[in-house]
Amino acid sequence: MNVLNFISSFFSDNAHWQGYDGIPTRVGEHIEYTLMALGIAAAVGLPIGLLTGHTGRGGNALGLIATSARALPSFGLMVLMFILLGLGMAPVMIPLVVLAIPPILVTTNEAMRSVDPAPVDAARGMGMAETAVLFRVELPVALPLILSGLRSAAIQIVSTATIAAYVSFGGLGRYIIDGLYQRNYEKVVGGATLVAAMALTTLAVFWALGRLAVSPGVRRPH
Amino acid sequence: MNELFDMPSYLEHSYLGLVGLHVREALLPVLVGLIVALPLAQLCVRFRWLYPPVLWVTTVLYAIPSLAFFVILIDYTGLSELTVMIPLAVYSLVVLVPAIVDGVRSVPQETLAAATAMGFGPVRRYVQVQLPIAAPAILAGLRVACVSSISLVSVGMLIGNEGALGNLLDSGMRFNQPRLVWLSVVSTAVLAILVDALLIVLRVLVTPWMPRGTRTASRTAAAKEGAL
Repeated sequence: MNVLNFISSFFSDNAHWQGYDGIPTRVGEHIEYTLMALGIAAAVGLPIGLLTGHTGRGGNALGLIATSARALPSFGLMVLMFILLGLGMAPVMIPLVVLAIPPILVTTNEAMRSVDPAPVDAARGMGMAETAVLFRVELPVALPLILSGLRSAAIQIVSTATIAAYVSFGGLGRYIIDGLYQRNYEKVVGGATLVAAMALTTLAVFWALGRLAVSPGVRRPH
Repeated sequence: MNELFDMPSYLEHSYLGLVGLHVREALLPVLVGLIVALPLAQLCVRFRWLYPPVLWVTTVLYAIPSLAFFVILIDYTGLSELTVMIPLAVYSLVVLVPAIVDGVRSVPQETLAAATAMGFGPVRRYVQVQLPIAAPAILAGLRVACVSSISLVSVGMLIGNEGALGNLLDSGMRFNQPRLVWLSVVSTAVLAILVDALLIVLRVLVTPWMPRGTRTASRTAAAKEGAL
């Protein structure tokens, strides 16, 4: 039997489509965790990134924070939090948020700093207030890069939330972890397919978001 | 003090053995990724139309979660080190190709023309002019690839204890020994920081013409590095 057979038998089994361990429930959980972690990370990272990028200060400090946060092994951190805090949402959310903040923070900061100074000067010359300069000139121009930072963060959250099943968390990782313990390879491969599909859907969502939100004038070739 | 580094016997490795295993499982794939990425990036620079599709494929590959990647490979490579190392090599490749392409492309046209005028052939021009100028961007890519690889090896624990230092996480949980979990997390983080620092030193060594201590190598490279 090869992987494709496993996948088709997993998805054609009716039992996998209902109940608390059904595909709709698990997909829903995974989306919920991802949105929650991304929301918290964006609420922290975006304002700081926008502000430091706008004023042009603190870039080196942000770089340092990003480098050290990247060195933290997210899986290990998750297990450690689980041991320290026990079962619950916090031990999983903390590593997910810690993981997602650096890409958002650093990319937003860089995006704001790489905005062409000429239109910014022009906006000031026209008498725009600082907040208007930030939100109506710099933000639209920086948006493609800011979205790419959010996209990386979202992809990493989807990926790492999968591993969280090891510390008794829900979501699509359950199929993989449970399948590995039960030596049910069909379940493992089915879960992996769902997780991969989820990650690709995230890419697609951000692509669509870019088409919708980015002004045609600043859209970049990639 | 000795107790701190005592390992469960079923792991069949001493603490230092696990560290060595971790380094090998993390960095060998990066090396393979680099060896594949260099010619691939050169092709993308040479044939411009090739770059957008390559970039698209690498973005999709990078999005595949590590655990999903590992378990799909189990059917082909079993519960082995190779199953962990193949995805890590792919991820490294994905990080390195854009870094190298951007680096090589940032070499000014005049510099290339000057090299040609001095009688450099394409190979010599590539090795002696383009690669050294692209070195800061390539090393920035290598830093990201190495650090994320070191972090991801731990996930290999889930597929039959192939995660080197990550295996200690499972031992810690199973035997209720927080010491092992701490040891795993701290060792992995220290390892990542050490390798990162080594690559920074390497950058200073291979680019003696650059002002020290500044990160002005390439704005875009820095932005990309942050995005990954």
